[in-house]
Amino acid sequence: MSDILIVSDLGKQFGGIKAVDGLSFAVREGDIHGLIGPNGAGKTTTFNLISGFYKPTHGYVKFFDEEISGLRMHHVARKGVIRTFQHSTLFAELTVLDNVLVGTHMMFKPSLTAAFLGRERQSRAKAIERANEVLEFFGLQAFVDQLAGELSHGHQRALGMAVAMASQPKILLLDEPFTGMNPEETQTMMGLMGKLRDTGITLLLVEHDMTAIMGLCDRITVMNFGKLLTEGKPLEIRNHPDVIEAYLGKQKNAS
Amino acid sequence: MSKPQPLILLSFLLLAVVLIVLPHGLSYSQREILVFLTINILVVSSYRLLTLTGEWSLGHIVMMGVGAYGSALYTKELGVPVPISMILGALTAGIIAWGLSFPLFRMKGFYFLIGSFAAGEIIRLLWKRFRDPFGGPKGIKRIDPFPDIDFGFVRIDFFDPVNYYYFALIIVILCLVILWRIEKSMIGLTFHAVHWQDKLAESTGVNVRAYRTLALVISATFAGLAGTLLAHYIGTVNPNVFDIEQMVFVLTWAIVGGTTTIYGPIIGCIILTALNEIVLREIGLEQGRPLVYGLILIASVLFMPKGLEDVVKKVIELMKQHVFRGRIKDV
Ligand SMILES: Nc1ncnc2c1ncn2[C@@H]1O[C@H](COP(=O)(O)OP(=O)(O)OP(=O)(O)O)[C@@H](O)[C@H]1O
Ligand SMILES: [Mg+2]
Repeated sequence: MSDILIVSDLGKQFGGIKAVDGLSFAVREGDIHGLIGPNGAGKTTTFNLISGFYKPTHGYVKFFDEEISGLRMHHVARKGVIRTFQHSTLFAELTVLDNVLVGTHMMFKPSLTAAFLGRERQSRAKAIERANEVLEFFGLQAFVDQLAGELSHGHQRALGMAVAMASQPKILLLDEPFTGMNPEETQTMMGLMGKLRDTGITLLLVEHDMTAIMGLCDRITVMNFGKLLTEGKPLEIRNHPDVIEAYLGKQKNAS
Repeated sequence: MSKPQPLILLSFLLLAVVLIVLPHGLSYSQREILVFLTINILVVSSYRLLTLTGEWSLGHIVMMGVGAYGSALYTKELGVPVPISMILGALTAGIIAWGLSFPLFRMKGFYFLIGSFAAGEIIRLLWKRFRDPFGGPKGIKRIDPFPDIDFGFVRIDFFDPVNYYYFALIIVILCLVILWRIEKSMIGLTFHAVHWQDKLAESTGVNVRAYRTLALVISATFAGLAGTLLAHYIGTVNPNVFDIEQMVFVLTWAIVGGTTTIYGPIIGCIILTALNEIVLREIGLEQGRPLVYGLILIASVLFMPKGLEDVVKKVIELMKQHVFRGRIKDV
């Protein structure tokens, strides 16, 4: 399969810190691609660069042969690149259904004249239908009328993904989707991700849960100190001496 | 959606009757105040639309002024008939707000607040500085009134406050319906989204800046329309009508009433106007209005942070429970 997302010599500097430093990798269409590395390796920053949250200091990101780095976030989203956030980021004061309805924004563009004239019923009904589909997929249909802020942590993570899914991504960037989920929820979510891939959505996955990463990913990119450490299939990564050292080294620092 | 319940229908009917009968129980000067109150309800309700996106402006009252000045000048200088000039005045306020959005939406929160105040003061300075066409500090006088309507058998003279009240009431209700529809639409939902998590909204393709601008422009347009309603009633406008003191009144109505519901700011506006006109006037404390408003503002932030609307919500809740209990007994 062809490369859908190409990251080339990407760099981002915060003052003196090179959070991402000459990173290059490619994601193949239809893959679940892992992006791993110790804490502070620059994974979230990479996501922020791809999704347009930051402008790169150097290098570029291409999506379907089109440069998207430097575009504003909503323009990147409109190309089909949708990301979730590491820390549960939701419209906590809105209901679960309304959260996902905001996610359908690109499919059912709100119209001011329709709002003025109260002629929105049809498109809204379709948007609600779409939202309910997504909620059902993520097993959240029982909570539609609850406020997002009142959900359990695991359900909040799932809702974050539901909002992203509602926007019909071509590639979905998930930043630590399993944090805060119990093993059961993680298992279910892994199943759902497999299903997403089967519907043709490419996934780029940042995650510390190695069992999940190894079980899900077709390919894995490992970063350390903002740089590419190595890349390969899960088995190759698991036994790679540099990777083991990076993680063990990190453990030494932590203790 | 569920069918409108008879109880709600009945209360709407009652409200309509009250609104129609109301001016006839009042003195002439109270009728005039009723006209201003009606116009102010539109000012504070349009202000609320902007607050949905999380931004609070101090330039809103000046946008009302832009509408008032605009409509006055279109009739005086260009000879545009009054009803049309009012629409043009409102649109002018919207366009000016759109222009201002470019510098203003480089800022957020507190900086936006201050920026909007500065922008408003610049507009007021222009009114004061340029005698032609704005009339300088004295403003514009002898603005054409809303033309009489002659049905042959009956002639409606809009100089009469009761007639103008009915006219303003119809316009304001229409505007409130539109504002309500916008809020309940997907656009309104997006406003909320922009308010609570602009980054998440943006990551699902929402052009956050465009939505902030849209809210600012819509709110300014309706404020402008309120300004035109005022201009063609009192027949004169000057920069002081739209100064920061007036803006603080609008803020106070919104905060005391609460801004999470559509009726919150309206209740705030009605209660405080009533307090002002009945209590303060009775005890001869009108001059102390800013002071009293300041105290009320502080007291309401301290003791009623959710606004009057919260009190109303609780009352409705209680009533519902009672009705519900009654029904259960019937069964
Ligand atoms: N906005 C910022 N300003 C300054 N430094 C930043 C900023 N964002 C990230 N950094 C720094 O960049 C480095 C990479 O951070 P990043 O969040 O990308 O790591 P990460 O791989 O996502 O880590 P984790 O696994 O803990 O989420 C860190 O040293 C971090 O302190
Ligand atoms: Mg991170």
